[in-house]
Amino acid sequence: MAVTSFLKRRSADLVSWLQAGPMMLVFVLFFLLPLAFVIMVSFWDYNEYEMIPTLTTRGYTETFEGCIAQMPELCTILKTYLKTLKLCFLVWLLTLLIGFTVAYFLAFHVQSKTWQIALSLICTIPFWTSNVIRMIAWIPLLGRNGLVNQGLISAGVIKQPLEWLLFSEFAVVLALVHLFTFFMVVPIFNSMIRIDKRLIEAAYDAGATGWQTLWNVIIPLAKPGMVIGSIFVITIVMGDFVTIGVMGGQQIAAAGKIIEVRLNALQFPAAAANAVILLGVTFLIIASLSRLVDVRKEL
Amino acid sequence: MREGRSKAFYLLALFFGAYVLFLYGPMFAIFILSFQGPDGGLTFPMNGVSLHWFGKLFSGTGIVDIGAAFVRSLKLGLVVMVLTVVLSVAAGMAFRKRFAGSALLFYTAIGSLIVPSIITSLGIALEFRLIDDFVRKTLVEWGAGSWASEWSTGMGLYTSGLGAHLTWTLPFGLLIMFAIFNRFDGRLEEAARDLGATPWQTFRHVVLPIILPSVVGIGLFGFTLSWDELARSSQAIGPVNTLPLELQGLTTTVTKPDIYALGTLTSAVSFLVIFAALGTIKLLQSRQARHGSDAGKGMV
Repeated sequence: MAVTSFLKRRSADLVSWLQAGPMMLVFVLFFLLPLAFVIMVSFWDYNEYEMIPTLTTRGYTETFEGCIAQMPELCTILKTYLKTLKLCFLVWLLTLLIGFTVAYFLAFHVQSKTWQIALSLICTIPFWTSNVIRMIAWIPLLGRNGLVNQGLISAGVIKQPLEWLLFSEFAVVLALVHLFTFFMVVPIFNSMIRIDKRLIEAAYDAGATGWQTLWNVIIPLAKPGMVIGSIFVITIVMGDFVTIGVMGGQQIAAAGKIIEVRLNALQFPAAAANAVILLGVTFLIIASLSRLVDVRKEL
Repeated sequence: MREGRSKAFYLLALFFGAYVLFLYGPMFAIFILSFQGPDGGLTFPMNGVSLHWFGKLFSGTGIVDIGAAFVRSLKLGLVVMVLTVVLSVAAGMAFRKRFAGSALLFYTAIGSLIVPSIITSLGIALEFRLIDDFVRKTLVEWGAGSWASEWSTGMGLYTSGLGAHLTWTLPFGLLIMFAIFNRFDGRLEEAARDLGATPWQTFRHVVLPIILPSVVGIGLFGFTLSWDELARSSQAIGPVNTLPLELQGLTTTVTKPDIYALGTLTSAVSFLVIFAALGTIKLLQSRQARHGSDAGKGMV
């Protein structure tokens, strides 16, 4: 008995793996193995034109160079990570606030199903278009002679065009919020749409004000979506180098940017060491966030 | 929920409107500016209206060979789309039952989605460098030194590039399949089985027609995410560039509206695909609604 049920189980597993195997194979070849190679190469040595497979921690020690000697002054890598975390926090806060409000409107204030679908699509369509184009789209608005500066000058608010609108930290945050609020809207909306409307009725009938209902009923129940959205946004911003590069005029240092710079200099082990550090930091953030919610239950 | 429209509704609607303007406003600015006259600049006002900058893109006198990059991205996008659909639907079917290792695949997919793209890209680049070194060494050992010096790299659009794109599109495909099957009535399959359908017949004639609209959605994600992919391609695309990479290269040297023309063109392709897909989904859904129940119609 036990043997036949075991065999049956085995053959059922076999069918499942025939179905899921090809996808797993892609992940093994292009995600898991590459990650393993990143960790391996991060402990290799290198010279100007090639990597040398001998065990060394040079990639790491060079990255943290001067961190102890310069104390209490912060070394470059710590400064860069602090700046990345600061950007990350700002973008997270803004995308969360905007994303929550948009999702709340869609889930609770748009009554007709057709409108709900139509408005959700309007929020989604930009996600299917190019990020780079959505970045350069800010140039005619924020540039030295852009619409914002023209408007402010003709309104007499300023005399000289504002220089910090484009190719600045402001522009980076703006573009990141512009690009990635979508990642907050979808999971939060998904959580909200599953809230039993009768709970809200009950809160209302029990005399709760709108704000009390929001704070004590909706936010706790929408928390899983907020956490999932946060994980998306934070990991994207932590590793970003494209938006920070384009919108920062290639002048702002960030965690992802360091890796790109090292790569352009063909210092693969150093790039890999930085990638491992970034991976560690990102993993810590995700691990602490995902304690708040069971991701798999939320799909 | 509540009677009438509250003040909160109008405030939130206003906020939503502002958000939509924020989403689309800048994009429309460059669409308009791409029709600048020949003497026009990067900002408003318009200096005449013309197709000058579009013409310049295709005349080849422009900055890079846009036509070739365009075709490359299009072909790669289609391949990624097909593979994303097939692999996601297959894996999604597997997840309908518990199987040993399902958690591993699930977390790998989530990991692939959230590990920063630059790390995945770097990893793939390293992998192919190691493969290249290995191939050269092996060829020399086999006494084929001349072949070894001819071997440049295994990296390319349809090797490393394709893999890099799939690590980004497959997680989305799998998550969409989860969403589909969470709302799928399993009794329909049971009924098919009870009527004697083979597993393949059940899939082909019962499951697939029902999930087809969502499968088109997976295809939409597969194509558009690949068409616009940048971060993962950056290190792993090999000797030739895709369109987004060319576009990003242009941002550092941008002085003329031809970059807007290129942007408008790229977006036009995206919008074409999006609306074609949405139209197909709508069509399939309305067909489903019409043929929803064949009770009393008998077998044809």
